Amino acid sequence: MRNLLAILKHSLSISAIVLVGIFVFLKWVLPLFTAPLPMSLIGLYVALTFSALMIFYTMSGASLEEFMGPIHRFLVGEGQEGVAKIARLLLLILFPLLVGWQTYTSLAPSDFPPAESRTIHPAPPGEFVGLANPLQPTEANIQIGKGIYASRCSPCHGSNFDGKGTAAPGFNPPPANFRDSGTIAQLQESFLFWRIKKGGVGLPIEGKPWKSAMPRWEVELTDKQVWQVIMGEYDGAGQSPRTWEEEE
Amino acid sequence: MTLQSAIRTVGSSIRNIRASSLLGWGVLVAFLVLPCLVLAQGAATQAMSVEYRDIPGIGSRNVIWFIAQQHLLLAGFVLGVPLFAWVCEIVGWKTKEPRYDKLAKEFTKLLTSAYATTALFGGILLFLLIGLYPKLMAYLTDIFYPTFVAYSILFLLETAVLYLYWYGWDSMQGNKKGFHLFLGFLLNLFAFFIMIIPNSWATFQASPVVVADGTALERAWAAMWNPTWWPVNIHRFIANVVLGGFICGAYAGVRYLLAVSREEREHYDWMGYVGNFIGVFGMLPLPFAGYWLMREIYQYNQQMGITLMGGFLAWLFILQAMLIGVLFLGANYYFWMGISYRIPGVAQSYKKPILAMLIVLMVSLAVWMTPHTLVASLQEAQQMGGAHHPLLGVFGVMSAKMTVANLMILVTFMSFIMYWRAGKQETAPWAKIAKAIMGGVLAVAAITIVVLGVWGYFVPALFRINTLSVAQVLIVLFILVTFTPLTAVLLKSAKTTTEMVWGQMPVRSGYTLVSNAVMVILLMSLMGYARSSSRVHWHVYGVLRDTSEYAYSPALGYAAALMSLNTFFFCLLVAFIFWVATMGDKSQAPSKESPQKVEPGLTPVMAGGSPSSGGKGGVQDNR
Repeated sequence: MRNLLAILKHSLSISAIVLVGIFVFLKWVLPLFTAPLPMSLIGLYVALTFSALMIFYTMSGASLEEFMGPIHRFLVGEGQEGVAKIARLLLLILFPLLVGWQTYTSLAPSDFPPAESRTIHPAPPGEFVGLANPLQPTEANIQIGKGIYASRCSPCHGSNFDGKGTAAPGFNPPPANFRDSGTIAQLQESFLFWRIKKGGVGLPIEGKPWKSAMPRWEVELTDKQVWQVIMGEYDGAGQSPRTWEEEE
Repeated sequence: MTLQSAIRTVGSSIRNIRASSLLGWGVLVAFLVLPCLVLAQGAATQAMSVEYRDIPGIGSRNVIWFIAQQHLLLAGFVLGVPLFAWVCEIVGWKTKEPRYDKLAKEFTKLLTSAYATTALFGGILLFLLIGLYPKLMAYLTDIFYPTFVAYSILFLLETAVLYLYWYGWDSMQGNKKGFHLFLGFLLNLFAFFIMIIPNSWATFQASPVVVADGTALERAWAAMWNPTWWPVNIHRFIANVVLGGFICGAYAGVRYLLAVSREEREHYDWMGYVGNFIGVFGMLPLPFAGYWLMREIYQYNQQMGITLMGGFLAWLFILQAMLIGVLFLGANYYFWMGISYRIPGVAQSYKKPILAMLIVLMVSLAVWMTPHTLVASLQEAQQMGGAHHPLLGVFGVMSAKMTVANLMILVTFMSFIMYWRAGKQETAPWAKIAKAIMGGVLAVAAITIVVLGVWGYFVPALFRINTLSVAQVLIVLFILVTFTPLTAVLLKSAKTTTEMVWGQMPVRSGYTLVSNAVMVILLMSLMGYARSSSRVHWHVYGVLRDTSEYAYSPALGYAAALMSLNTFFFCLLVAFIFWVATMGDKSQAPSKESPQKVEPGLTPVMAGGSPSSGGKGGVQDNR
């Protein structure tokens, strides 16, 4: 029992436990409460944890010796006999095979779609930059905007402005959730004006291919209606547009 | 001391110089530049026929990219180093400690050869710009011609002062030191103006203003005062100090690894510490300056701001987070190793605080590196309900990034305070109370920063940017400016329980210093690309369109390869410059007939040697 405790207290054991623990938490425990994390993020967090462990255990000569000493002695194989010797030989054979397998699987053709790094905020064209909403934020304008939103936008963006409209499950990526503080709250009204008017087909050529099913509403709505929809969206989602001037 | 005697001293020292030809290149290039200006002005009238020229196979844009980046990195180094060389000289003069003066001189020695190389690359860049981009140069020359003249005059003045400052170093000791320090002041003054004039050209390209009719001087003046000029000036000024500090640290690291005498080891260990300290000192306010710059860009033009932070260049800021993170980790790691190796016997008592700081740093870095739009497979994206994770997606926005950046700055500052206090016992009767108050204030500051960050999610962007983020920055600055003098006062009366031992650092400390320098160079290359690319297909944003065959933004992978090439080449260049700068030392070293006496056991650290190894290389001691 005392030996087991000593082994568990060793820096190598602690490192292994922490690394495995972080991986298990991110991969299997966290998804019990929220959506699963992509492997790219799990890999990043595990790599950071590994770096932290390396830094901590190489800070002094004593901790370095405790951490690296057993690894060094095991790999060198000095005075090894029995199980330790076989284990070392197995490691020296299996590790290159593992590296080879990883290389093969990462290069071999696959029918699995690759990970995407889609940019989410395209830059608006110059003619839309700096536009200001010409309408007053009156209750009437907001209500008219909400009415248009209900008929044209809510099937996808949801009646609660949360991106969970009845048609939303049919889209990938899903429609934007306006209640999320990372969407319309980060943008000026002129940006929304551009996106609503021009839709997915009006997205700029840089950063293609875009994946947006947003209709080009300029064919159905007037500019005034678009501005009213914007006011209705911000009001309904409980957000404020990004501005650079203090409101009076 | 009279001015005449100082000039006489300088004159005699200049007569004795042996390697002045190197610095002479600087003056030569300065004179070469003047006719180029006339050529550029002439190009204004002829450029209509030829708008662009190309270099087949390589591409004109790639050539300009490479040369401009090399010039910028070298310029950052030669403008940053004089600042802290001068400060070191003042410290040496005030404290009467000769080692500071020696250090300042060594920094300046690196400067002389780097200065000539910078001027050479500047001249090459100008020739290439005139030849390859005549349309753009004609346009810029038409607006900025008066500044070209001012720049050339400043350059000549800077060269002359550098001559006097470097070659007059030994002659201007004693009662002439005051004049030498004045030269150092002039050196930095001219250097500052040499930096901000070209900044106005580059920032005008990114954020041009309406240049009204008027005299040539009035038009140039109006163009200089564009919205991003001063944010870039401040950002570059601080970044130059960081670059200079870390490169000098790397130089010291390499010299430390190669050192064979105890004295050399002690000196370069100390120099490495000073270089790292200067780098960290500059790095602490740098994110604030960067934030201000980006805020001005957003305010100037939303399109440009989104292209940078949310559009196709957004991934650069994840790379930036990684590089800054490694830099912060490297700087802290070096401080922590210093506690373990330079102050024997105290490492154990600092283990827990270091672990806590490491965890805060790593969690902060994890948040900083978490992108808003995650890299996910189709299946993963479907499970998440999009490219944003419902829980961790909150880490992807500026409120989170600002919060963790502030926390990392706080932790790094506290690492330095901890290093400063290690091995000392405060004796002042009020020391306990002061330390308790400092601990309390620090805890309150950290909690407040986090609370303000969380609050940022629930308020309009304007309030977050103008109020909450500013408050976070002010809190950190308050800690920096109050804790530093308070600690200094506390330690003034403290008794030293463990003497600091220089020259005992392990091999990895030298590599850490080199790694820090490489990270800064990569960062500057990355941000240089980001700043230029934010103009997209414009030479002068919204005014002068790029109509060349290179009017497109290169893919990020291609850009990353060029950034790496720039970094690699610059490292080679710096290594060459340092080799040239230290040639004199080697010639002064003992000859083969009377070899330098290597102390027992003092094989180079790089080869596993240790000053305390007792003659056997001492791998254990120096690991």
